[in-house]
Amino acid sequence: MEAQTFTARVATPTTRLVGAMALVSMAWVVIGGLFVTPRDVDQGDAVRIMYVHVPTAWVAYLAFIVTAVASACWLLSRKHSMGFDRVAGASAEVGVVFMAMTLLSGSLWGRITWGSYWAWDPRLTTTAFLLVTYIGYLAVRGLGGSLEQRARRSAVIALLAVLEIPLVHFSVLMWRSLHQKASVLSGDGDIKMDGSMLTTLLVGVIGFTLTFTWLVLHRQRVLAMQDAMQMTQLDAALRERANESENKSVIESSRLK
Amino acid sequence: MDHLGFIAVVYGVTFAVITTLVVRTVVQGRDLASKVADKDKPWT
Amino acid sequence: MSTQLSLGRIARAVAAKDLRIELRSRVVINQIFPFAGLVMVMFAFALDNDDVLTRVAGGLVWLATLFSLIIIIQRSFAVDSADGALEAQRVAGLNPAGIFVGKALAVMVQLVTLEIMLFFAAVVLYRVELHSDGAVLLVTCVISATAGLSFVGTLYGGLTAGARGRETLLPLLMLPVVAPVLIGATRATESAFMSGGAAVSDGWPWVGVLVVFAAVFGLGGILSFGSLIEE
Repeated sequence: MEAQTFTARVATPTTRLVGAMALVSMAWVVIGGLFVTPRDVDQGDAVRIMYVHVPTAWVAYLAFIVTAVASACWLLSRKHSMGFDRVAGASAEVGVVFMAMTLLSGSLWGRITWGSYWAWDPRLTTTAFLLVTYIGYLAVRGLGGSLEQRARRSAVIALLAVLEIPLVHFSVLMWRSLHQKASVLSGDGDIKMDGSMLTTLLVGVIGFTLTFTWLVLHRQRVLAMQDAMQMTQLDAALRERANESENKSVIESSRLK
Repeated sequence: MDHLGFIAVVYGVTFAVITTLVVRTVVQGRDLASKVADKDKPWT
Repeated sequence: MSTQLSLGRIARAVAAKDLRIELRSRVVINQIFPFAGLVMVMFAFALDNDDVLTRVAGGLVWLATLFSLIIIIQRSFAVDSADGALEAQRVAGLNPAGIFVGKALAVMVQLVTLEIMLFFAAVVLYRVELHSDGAVLLVTCVISATAGLSFVGTLYGGLTAGARGRETLLPLLMLPVVAPVLIGATRATESAFMSGGAAVSDGWPWVGVLVVFAAVFGLGGILSFGSLIEE
């Protein structure tokens, strides 16, 4: 049997660099968001929630897109490389957490600004549906069966979610809408944010994206090792079974003699 | 600062959750990496 | 000519098989219909106000339909996976798209029957008045909404068939997806009932949403059902 080495390493220079950059930008967001930036004319200090809320929401939706794209890649690629499936799964795991945080920070911000924790506006409702859909997606990944089966099922679920989410969004939009327009992205040029606020928000988006990248890279490696463990255990069980039946036949044949 | 409680909860929960996720991933990764052979770790 | 059966023939055969099983066992008629009726009565207890009931009757009918949909789907696939019938159909080389359409058709027939009963219950219990102006809207809404519900239900039912813990997983996966149907069908039905002063013409855009929904998930199911039930 070939010699096996066990290195307790998950990190690589790349992930270390990404992690370090994420740490620095996160520190910037906390200091900038809480102390450096001024109060907003309309929102007062509640605007400070935005520096965390907007990047979290961005990452949550990014995770959704990454999961969908990776799932499509798995389905379409001829080799059905498990790497795509693991990236999809890792991204969904991280996405669920960010989605939940988005809802929490959003509803706290809403309590200050709208006066209620929850409003039936399309973005909020769609995010809630996305969270539930993701939880379902992860449940499907946990159904068991072969790796191939898991990959195929979850890829289809992820792509069905791509059909579902726009329909939910559109129907809630049609149902009712009272959300304020996205203030930075809207094309009316009405950006009320001053330099330090915009910079903090931008650094936040970059920092959270780096954190997301780090998390997905690492989780994807964890998933790869879990899959490898499952395979070796399966191999061992099969080998044991084979040995057993071999021994039995040896005993049986000796008895016959 | 007004609404200090709300802001503190948002920052506190967000960064606490991210930290937990990171720590959990690292611990899980180290644990598994000591059990899984290097040939199954394409990044090493 | 070719030994391959056409999609339409497979679909008809599968639908006829499912409906025949249902007619013989009468589980839907004897258990699911009474359950849905019971839900309608329970809504009345919970809301406890005749005016409110009349106003929200459309939504309650569709909510009762959604609850029943979960059970109908579970029933539809329990029958198949109990003796590996789904597996057998797949191994026999039947086009999975045909199986999908067939099972969805059978579910649709059961759902429409259930909905007729529920609308009748709404008239009796919730004092809803049916208007002849809204009749076309109501029928179109029922057909398009039911098609969407059946497609989504069959799709996710096939996915969770044979998996451990499917009883709890099915609603979790399915309900978020059918939310647009609940919104759209409720609005359209309320327009047809003219509840809360709604005009019949307000309902048509919602029927548009329902038709798009049914088309999207019908197509999605035809394309993906094969990979979902494959082992």
